[in-house]
Amino acid sequence: MSLTLKLNGQTHSVDAEPGTPLLWVIRDELKLTGTKFGCGVASCGACTVHLNGEPVRSCQTYIEDVEDAEITTIEAVGDDKIGAAVQQAWVELDVVQCGYCQSGQVMSAVGLLSENPKPSAEEIDEYMYGNACRCATYQRIRAGVQRASEILEA
Amino acid sequence: MTINTSRRGFLKGAAAAGAVLLVGARPDGALAAASSETAQFNPFVKIDADGTVTAIVKHFEKGQGPATGLPTLIAEEIGLTMDQIEYEFAPSDPNVYNNLLFGPFQGTGGSTAMANSWLQYRQAGAAAREMLINAAAQSWGVDASGITIEEGIVKAGDKSAPIAEFVAAAAQLEAPAEPRLKDPSEFRLIGNAAVRRKDSAIKGNGQAMYAMDVHLPNQMVAMIKRPESKGGIALGFDDSASKEVKGYISAAVLPNQAGVAVYAENTWAAIQARDALAVDWDMSGAETRDSDQIRSEIMAALDAEPTYNVNKADIGAVSAAIDGADKVVEKTFYFPLLAHAPMEPLNCTIEQTAEGDIVLHDGAQMPTGPHMAYQQIFQLPPEKIHIKTMLAGGSFGRRATPDADYQVEAALAFVVTDRSRPVKLVWTREDDIRSGYYRPAFGHKVRVGLDTDGNIVGWQHQIAGQSVIKGTAFEAVLVHDGVDHSSVEGVTDSPYAIPGMAVGLTDTPKATTVLWWRSVGHTHTAYAMETMMDLVAEAAGRDPVEFRLAHLSDSTNPDQQRKAAVLKLAVEKAGWGNVPTGRSQGIAVHKSFGSYAAEVVEISGDPENGIKIEKVTCAVDCGIAVNPDVVKAQMEGGIGYGIGHVMRDQITLTSGAVDQSNFPDYEPLRISDIAAIDVHIVPSAEAPTGVGEPGTPPSAPALANAIHAMSGVLVAEHPMAENGVSFA
Ligand code: FES
Ligand code: FES
Repeated sequence: MSLTLKLNGQTHSVDAEPGTPLLWVIRDELKLTGTKFGCGVASCGACTVHLNGEPVRSCQTYIEDVEDAEITTIEAVGDDKIGAAVQQAWVELDVVQCGYCQSGQVMSAVGLLSENPKPSAEEIDEYMYGNACRCATYQRIRAGVQRASEILEA
Repeated sequence: MTINTSRRGFLKGAAAAGAVLLVGARPDGALAAASSETAQFNPFVKIDADGTVTAIVKHFEKGQGPATGLPTLIAEEIGLTMDQIEYEFAPSDPNVYNNLLFGPFQGTGGSTAMANSWLQYRQAGAAAREMLINAAAQSWGVDASGITIEEGIVKAGDKSAPIAEFVAAAAQLEAPAEPRLKDPSEFRLIGNAAVRRKDSAIKGNGQAMYAMDVHLPNQMVAMIKRPESKGGIALGFDDSASKEVKGYISAAVLPNQAGVAVYAENTWAAIQARDALAVDWDMSGAETRDSDQIRSEIMAALDAEPTYNVNKADIGAVSAAIDGADKVVEKTFYFPLLAHAPMEPLNCTIEQTAEGDIVLHDGAQMPTGPHMAYQQIFQLPPEKIHIKTMLAGGSFGRRATPDADYQVEAALAFVVTDRSRPVKLVWTREDDIRSGYYRPAFGHKVRVGLDTDGNIVGWQHQIAGQSVIKGTAFEAVLVHDGVDHSSVEGVTDSPYAIPGMAVGLTDTPKATTVLWWRSVGHTHTAYAMETMMDLVAEAAGRDPVEFRLAHLSDSTNPDQQRKAAVLKLAVEKAGWGNVPTGRSQGIAVHKSFGSYAAEVVEISGDPENGIKIEKVTCAVDCGIAVNPDVVKAQMEGGIGYGIGHVMRDQITLTSGAVDQSNFPDYEPLRISDIAAIDVHIVPSAEAPTGVGEPGTPPSAPALANAIHAMSGVLVAEHPMAENGVSFA
């Protein structure tokens, strides 16, 4: 079926069967490869994108359910000031190692700071729980969220 | 995407920009330099006419930092800022880009990237500096000794110019045979904690390109339907249901019958079409074991005479000394199979060029492996095969298979097509967990005797498990007198002065495909050694730190001194012995890959209602820390990797089939599992040693020792969560 997606401020028409995960449309059709495939079962967060500003796992979000939503991916999240602050903090603290999970980490961190501008360590742990990092960069993710919060406060 | 896979590719790109200075090594190891027109070698550093300096990084980047560390060495020696140097991954060329510790083999592993590049890349940078300076001396008519290069600017008295000015002239000079390396007192980048990673920005904004992100024009996605248990043979298939999937192209039995390749227009179609495919399997030769059987074989081997008397000890005498000791401490350990589960599921893409060359796009950890295998599969000479190394989304050992497993699988899936379309092989997480290579299961049985003064009189240590190395191409190098050193490393070569030590090893039969896993044998040997040190200290009525130091007291033995020093630093930084009520600490120290790491784990809660890891304090001595922040990051990651797996993970088999399948049942460490990690680096003037792995070995035994201190119970079998410990 042919449908229209609003993604990163642009409208795209795509051809995909109902039941196709948004992840694969973003990666394989639109060739936006910043959104990653890690598990396909909503248990790692590598595929996190924003749907109307809220983080969702795109591997478990079906294409027919997102036609009216504003979708934002890692490629555009830095256009917004929270996204830019998170990306700046990530660079300042060298959060990344292999980096494969980090698009998802950044998308979730932006989601957290959008609803809670000054999260405590416990609140960060709770919110970011579903974003796995096999390189175990968690310590810096926590510090990165707090640093981004400071940047936004300044 | 540009493909710079060969020397020709490099030089063509370079020539377009004008004169270029290249510095590298000839196959005999001597430094060589040339302009792009004359170069007969692959370089370590390339300087374009506009002064752009590029480090050609021979080690792949899986997060451990060579894309920052190797450019740092060159920038330091030339006299550049980190912003003035770029990096590119080297093409596959085992004569020039070989790991100096692996022979004529290009690859990354054993935490060797910095250790084997340290002098080589500095020399290349230093040679480039000397040549630029000599070119400037000629042009300015001044003595070379009065010329410096700082922050990319060549200076002599009141004359100054950017290095770009001298690239063309320098490229005409001979490379100095032995360029002067900077003295450590002159270092501004090496050891500087303010030097940032070069790959941070692109990994935080989605621009970083991993092999998974390759989209070649007209490519097909291939997935392999594999048997439930390894060793099953595909006889045929019925794809009528797959044909219902939009985007399905075709399927084909792989030439080795290890599975059926399913081709589709995109990844999602490949996933669905593979699910829908029915395969006729011959399972008569497939693996059939259960994990319980593996465990009982290992346990039986621990109680029997070992096959190998590893350190040629008088086992009878050691055993007799223990039997006659005042106290005997005895413990049997079991470590299950573990998967590596790097975050990026395995994948790679193959294409054939118009000239008939084969190009592999891969997060290649050991390019020489697929390079050699492809010569056979495609019947091509080495120069017709090109490997484009992409960023890798983790490995932990998984990408370093001696048989180049997934690259060969991709090649087999490609050869059965007409090769008109590139083939991208993609594994799902289920493929990764279920069809993987595993850290072998191992068992240790340790008996230690103490005299009435609490001194060790004998330490009998039996190890049993499946060898990682035997049966691979590495056997000739890494197995001696039948002993796979990786099964016993960390015990036989422990720096502790332990009187009456006898180490026995028995290889158990092949249970599944096994592979090195971050820190290899140290994953289990450090656990057995360091929890035993605590148990023995306790039996001797001595403090665990003092007891360890007493076995590291030889002031003429640098190995003992360095190990003792990290232990003391960790003790100091962790506030050892000064814990708030309700908390407990455990400590462990271990040498691996030439580096020394001590870790203190502090926990709260209790094993019944849930333990919380409050803090891990680490002290590491890895020689000169080229990038201290990367070293810290590697310790943080190594600790998380070690602790995460012993908490919750294991791979189990039922009739040869893996029971786990994805993260819900192979649960990764999560952000809330460790509240804080604090890393300290011992200042050192020694040459750099490993950092990717040494953080892992002490982490699990330090946690076990903390739980033991809290509850009196030493967990001797993993995962902890299934052996009496719950985590908050
Ligand atoms: S890929 Fe979507 S959560 Fe893992
Ligand atoms: S940085 Fe490697 S998985 Fe997170």
